[in-house]
Amino acid sequence: MAKYAFFLGCIAPLRYPGIEKSTREVCAALGIELVDLKDASCCPAPGVIRAFNKKTWLAAAARNLALAEQQGLPIVTICNGCYGSLFDAAHELAEDPELLAEVNKILAEIGMEYKGTTKVHHFAEVLYNEVGVEKIKAAVKKPLDYQVAAFYGCHFLKPSEIKQVDNPENPHILDDLIEATGAKSMPRKQKTLCCGAGGGLKAAFGDVAKKFTETNLENMKASGAQFIIDVCPFCHLQFDGVQKDLGYNIPVLHLSQLLGLAMGMDEKQLAFSTHITPVKL
Amino acid sequence: MVSPKGEISKEVADAAKMCFQCGTCTAGCPSGRRTSYRVRKIVRMAQLGLKEEIINSDELWECSTCYTCVERCPRQVPIVDIIIDLRNIAVAEGHMRPQHKGTATNLVKYGHTVDVKDNISKLRVELGLPEVPPTVLANEAAKADLDKILKATGFCKIVQE
Ligand code: SF4
Ligand code: SF4
Repeated sequence: MAKYAFFLGCIAPLRYPGIEKSTREVCAALGIELVDLKDASCCPAPGVIRAFNKKTWLAAAARNLALAEQQGLPIVTICNGCYGSLFDAAHELAEDPELLAEVNKILAEIGMEYKGTTKVHHFAEVLYNEVGVEKIKAAVKKPLDYQVAAFYGCHFLKPSEIKQVDNPENPHILDDLIEATGAKSMPRKQKTLCCGAGGGLKAAFGDVAKKFTETNLENMKASGAQFIIDVCPFCHLQFDGVQKDLGYNIPVLHLSQLLGLAMGMDEKQLAFSTHITPVKL
Repeated sequence: MVSPKGEISKEVADAAKMCFQCGTCTAGCPSGRRTSYRVRKIVRMAQLGLKEEIINSDELWECSTCYTCVERCPRQVPIVDIIIDLRNIAVAEGHMRPQHKGTATNLVKYGHTVDVKDNISKLRVELGLPEVPPTVLANEAAKADLDKILKATGFCKIVQE
């Protein structure tokens, strides 16, 4: 049985607990053991905290990585932002012994050390590579017949030189995972266009962020999608939160929620009540 | 590691030097399509060492860090790393938007970038999840460790200023 340290991040547990709940249920059903990464903090967010103070970002990320290292477990995240931060920090620290030594001086103040061994994975990538589409198909109890839009986001795939998850310009793994439930992933224009929320844009230039989202929504609607399926609570929050203002009404589900639905979880357990754009099945 | 000392660091300047100003980055930039932000220009300004102009500009904060430009740059310029380093300099010199200060303050207060809401805590219990997520939120000693890191790396200062 594959075993991972479950890194919660911020938005899922504190805004969309249904994403956390469905991740736990889906992993249990698929034979992935999740051990809570206790005492972890924010990853910290790659586009804001890293942009404010790189040293803070790296040291706090290293603390999270060290907590997993102490348990001897690889990390799994359900958020592109957490994946971006933790993967990039782990990569930088594994490549640069001087940097690692510098960070360890800071960690020494709290009696910790990071040896540089923690591997970081994204939930969707674990499902695709570790579990496999066939096993997911076999676990589906309630096949879905929706037409949906697959939204990959940015930091799941990029920078592709180090991530190597899928082709960043023309990815397919999320489409394949979605189609394992019976739903149809609709082709559309500009499939890899950013949601707009990252890099501190949502907070400081919300109107600019919204323009990114609007183009995505136009293309999704034109494709005939009835749902938006994301792999990141922050993209999720962006799509879920701005639609009303923009005159759209396409419900947004995290991949874990879509899989939970197909595996027979009830609506209450998926906590659609916290979604801003109403989820009507 | 870049420690912003007020000047564009040698690392950033060297990275920017690789750029031959082809404009591929701007052509594919989703922010540039919707605003007056031109990433090629930022890289050019970094080459020329125009620190004040860069850190005083709104444009520096209009990048969503989507990495499209990095994927397509024919010279492998680490564009997002350059932007991040320039933002570090801007923040160290006191250029920070109030909304961003809010996000930073959340990190100091909660150890997370968003606050804790009662209705979500209640819902967590209904879902059979621990009311308080098993993170720094649930362990004062762990939060104190994070606080020490934030302090040692000068983060708390950013928030107070
Ligand atoms: S794509 Fe690369 S080389 Fe071309 S202008 Fe942009 S940073 Fe410079
Ligand atoms: S990373 Fe920033 S500069 Fe580069 S394409 Fe995306 S928004 Fe534009």
